[in-house]
Amino acid sequence: MADALTEKGSARSWRAPRLTLRQREAIEAWLFVSPTVAGFLLFFLGPLAAVVYFSLTEWNLLTQQATFVGVKNYVDALSHNPDFWHVLRNSFVFAMGLVPLNMALALSLALALSRPFRGVIFFRTVFFAPVVTSAVAWAIVWRFLLQGEGGAVNQMLALVGIDGPNWLREPDWAMVAVIVTRVIKMVGLNMILYIAALQAIPRDYEAAARLEGASNWQIFRMVIWPLLAPTTLVIFVITMIGSFKVFDHIYLMTGGGPENGTLVLAFYIYEQGFKFFNVGYASALAMIMFVIVLVLTVVQMTLRRRDMQ
Amino acid sequence: MTLTVRQARIIARICWTVALLVVAVPFVFPFLWMVSSGFKSATEIFGQPSLIPRVWRWQNYLEVFEYQPFARQYFNSLYIAVAVTGLTLVISSLAGYALARMRFAGAGLLMLFLLSALMVPEEVTIIPNFFLIRWMGLMDTHAPLILLPVFGSHGVMATFLMRQYFLAIPKELEEAGKMDGLSPFGIWWRIALPMSRPALAAVSIITFLFSWNLFLEPLVFISSLEKFTLPLALSNFTDSYGLPLWHLQLAATSLAVVPILIVYLIAQRQIIESFALSGVKG
Repeated sequence: MADALTEKGSARSWRAPRLTLRQREAIEAWLFVSPTVAGFLLFFLGPLAAVVYFSLTEWNLLTQQATFVGVKNYVDALSHNPDFWHVLRNSFVFAMGLVPLNMALALSLALALSRPFRGVIFFRTVFFAPVVTSAVAWAIVWRFLLQGEGGAVNQMLALVGIDGPNWLREPDWAMVAVIVTRVIKMVGLNMILYIAALQAIPRDYEAAARLEGASNWQIFRMVIWPLLAPTTLVIFVITMIGSFKVFDHIYLMTGGGPENGTLVLAFYIYEQGFKFFNVGYASALAMIMFVIVLVLTVVQMTLRRRDMQ
Repeated sequence: MTLTVRQARIIARICWTVALLVVAVPFVFPFLWMVSSGFKSATEIFGQPSLIPRVWRWQNYLEVFEYQPFARQYFNSLYIAVAVTGLTLVISSLAGYALARMRFAGAGLLMLFLLSALMVPEEVTIIPNFFLIRWMGLMDTHAPLILLPVFGSHGVMATFLMRQYFLAIPKELEEAGKMDGLSPFGIWWRIALPMSRPALAAVSIITFLFSWNLFLEPLVFISSLEKFTLPLALSNFTDSYGLPLWHLQLAATSLAVVPILIVYLIAQRQIIESFALSGVKG
């Protein structure tokens, strides 16, 4: 019977292969996604696997090649290298400063600009403008404005009698400066996400609450804020992840200084990998960053699922 | 004197507007100061500050081009951004269409994998990518500046944006096209794409800006001056001690930023909507 089938099959296989409609659709679909899949494997999944392996090797200018050393790089980072905890602390300080400031300002601006009034487009355009500007340009200009002597910010402060610090040369003030200028750069994005969410809330809700005599604050607290919760969650996570990725802003404004006061994780990875060529150690740092971002994402998804139920 | 309700409302509105104007200062001021300082001399920059330069120094804008091959670098940024945008449009709309409309084994798994790529910062994979690009012999070329954004998390974001849009357009026309014997490729090209202009425009806008503003990849992969892109070139206006040559740096930064701002002011609605649609960048 098998022979009979092969005979039949071979006779037919000279013509176009017979495929079911479904099989054809699947092949066509894979052709459509093939560039994406190829690029994904080559430039994302492959490198991701490689960085896991690199992180388990000693690979620097001295060794010149990768030697497997197990979890040594992780142990180095977590318990031997004081820089690491300093950097991690900086990254968290940056995030803890940036995220609440960004979200509070974004929400306030969105509340002010979600309804049409004369000039609303002007203000939206202004607050969003830094988002389309390159981070490099933004950092260059602010570095210029924040110079200790002769910087425009300090000269303006002097007009009202305040003796401004040398913003980018003192570790604590430098951190404040990079956080605030980053918030100004990115807040427009969260603002429009909030505006979109606010505009999706039916006006009746507010009207009904007002009929029952609710104050503006009560309407916000009891009606609007709960309805914004899903948006707030998404904004929280993307802003948080974004704050851990910040690189160009720091690179140009402070170069991680002064006294490593603004040395954050993304910058530390770059420095270790490309300046000092500690490939193994830098890869372990990259993995740690990956885990932080992953945990944040999983937390978001869990909260979101709970939210929907 | 008591106020009528109408008067009270007008006063409230004026207060609001003034408050918003005050908040707007740090958003607008850097742009004004950047342009004005780009016209000042190196000495005036450190003198008494004033928004209007005492002497307008147009030479700054010539010196920018003498200091480094700035025109060439400008062109690099432009053509790379166009290439990235074009490739992203084709590749992400092909994949997005398949994920939205076609049934195939592994679709769910593929979606999951792609979604995971959205979460991973470029900083995590940049080290292996450095060795990959070096192994491919593409160091100090523009290829990685085109390939990595197209296939990285930005490309994946574009794919999902296209998929969402395809899911929302009615199926009937595509089914009619199938009846008329169009191939899936034909349906994608002749029916689905023309119906998705808003999504294609959104992807174009955010992709162009993404590429135009890219910094880490050029920093890692490019070493020769004439291959620099704008962000790298801007960071390079320094004297021999590594201190910034402010008047040139700010003039060059103005040259890089102002055209984008003009386009933004003209098309602000479209551009803001595009970012709202993508939602997840930043």
